Amino acid sequence: MDVLGNYKSAISARSTDKDITKKSQDGGIITTLFAYALEEGIIDGAIVAGPGDEPWKPEPVVATTKAELLAAAGTRYTISPNLYLIKEATRSYGLDRVGIVGTPCQMQAVRKAQLYPIGMRDVDDKIALALGIYCMENLSYQALEAIVEDHCNQKMESVKKMDIGKGKFTVYTERGAVSQMPLKLIHKYVQPGCNVCLDYVANLADISSGSVGSPDGWSTVFVRSMKGNAVWDGAIAAGLFETKPMDQVKPGLDLVTKLATEKITKNQKNVDARKTFGLKADGTAKGLRNPYESP
Amino acid sequence: MAEKITIGELHLSGCTGCLVTLADNYEGLFKLLDDYADLVYALTLVDVRHVPEMDVCLVEGSCCLNDKISVEELKEAREKSKVLVAYGGCAAYGNITRFCRGGQWNQPGHEAFVPISEVVDVDLYIPSCPPCPQQVRNVAVMAFLLLRGNEEQKNLATAYLTPLMQLAQRGNEACGCDLMYDVINQGLCMGCGTCAGTCPVRAITMEYGKPNVNRDLCIKCGACYSQCPRSWFNFDVMNNYEGIMDAIKGAMQ
Repeated sequence: MDVLGNYKSAISARSTDKDITKKSQDGGIITTLFAYALEEGIIDGAIVAGPGDEPWKPEPVVATTKAELLAAAGTRYTISPNLYLIKEATRSYGLDRVGIVGTPCQMQAVRKAQLYPIGMRDVDDKIALALGIYCMENLSYQALEAIVEDHCNQKMESVKKMDIGKGKFTVYTERGAVSQMPLKLIHKYVQPGCNVCLDYVANLADISSGSVGSPDGWSTVFVRSMKGNAVWDGAIAAGLFETKPMDQVKPGLDLVTKLATEKITKNQKNVDARKTFGLKADGTAKGLRNPYESP
Repeated sequence: MAEKITIGELHLSGCTGCLVTLADNYEGLFKLLDDYADLVYALTLVDVRHVPEMDVCLVEGSCCLNDKISVEELKEAREKSKVLVAYGGCAAYGNITRFCRGGQWNQPGHEAFVPISEVVDVDLYIPSCPPCPQQVRNVAVMAFLLLRGNEEQKNLATAYLTPLMQLAQRGNEACGCDLMYDVINQGLCMGCGTCAGTCPVRAITMEYGKPNVNRDLCIKCGACYSQCPRSWFNFDVMNNYEGIMDAIKGAMQ
């Protein structure tokens, strides 16, 4: 399969909603789509990474208003276990149409929960909109803290925005300071589970979005499924996005393809290396589990 | 429409929650029974006293070793069915019957309960407590395609059912600890929260981005481990989720 997954169209886009672009990481695609889907009744609520009790520590929440979506806008470079709420959303919250946003691995979990609903009763047909975000790797909260406080020398609570781009991790503070560190120093902090992931642009989402490939303040959007297509067309018709064709923006799809290929090649090597990780007494290889082969 | 397959439910030491789950498909159950499967054996639903020949036998509950009839019926079901399914946490992993101490009125001598694979070979697992109606429906549709479908459908059904068959090969013990042993300790967990979301008794919380299992609450139903995207994930099936969902939806209309 293509490293970018199946998609119907790829577009460079930016939200026309100033409330959203003021708070969003890049083009405000996810927040705008969920706000539109809520408005139109396509979803009753969305599971998003809302604010947690510590600065920059996200907690999964069910957002049912635009205000709640805005509170969750922007990227936190650490884990929000959004799947934790997927069954709860249909039960305690009583949602019939659930939206969910997540990283590629979380989209994989959503599709597995739909095709193999082993402990996910009444979830499969209630996933109304699954939005994916590009992800190279993720960090634990403590790792993020170490990066921001030790490497970038900023207090977590004084940070206004964090960003990854052009080979650097950048921290912007409330008082206007900008701290940067080279991205390659981050790799030792990456959670090991990310090293076997074979998906960069959330291939299994209905629509996936990320900054890579588009100019600053814009996002590259892949519209993937029938459902995603219908929602995207509706949002465009409602005038919620300005768009540019992908082949007319810099750096364009080539960069997305390059990064996706790099991630998948590197991680496929990790998956393969796990087969011969250790050594048995007789000198033959002792392997670790391969999650893509069997339980 | 190809000839229907035959399905039965053998009820051992379980709470009947799995049988209720089958009925929880509501009109879907009627569709299954109208077009794809004849129910030939099931407690309260079918008036048949002895285990008949059948294509698929769903076994609910664990097997009580002190109960001669349970053991015999399980063995008989194995001989008479093409596909034997451990249906639900008790049959697959022992579930809450793992904690039985006997002393139950009116059979105080019944104290030894094992997952059915300790007594007979099992072809396929549908874990969780209770299992999900949609999962049973999917397996029923896929079993129909496997036994009565054309070549292409057989291939799809095989690909779909393979991980559930491999679960049966993996063993008859599963609980929250498996997440620790086979996922976290193996460096595979990425903190998506699926396990915590799927746990029927809320025994799992997410701590430091990873699951933490309260072992006093865990009932050993196997839901968390088998639902985890890093316990197994098959790209050939999952990448076609749209087509497969549509096919199952189409089959149920």
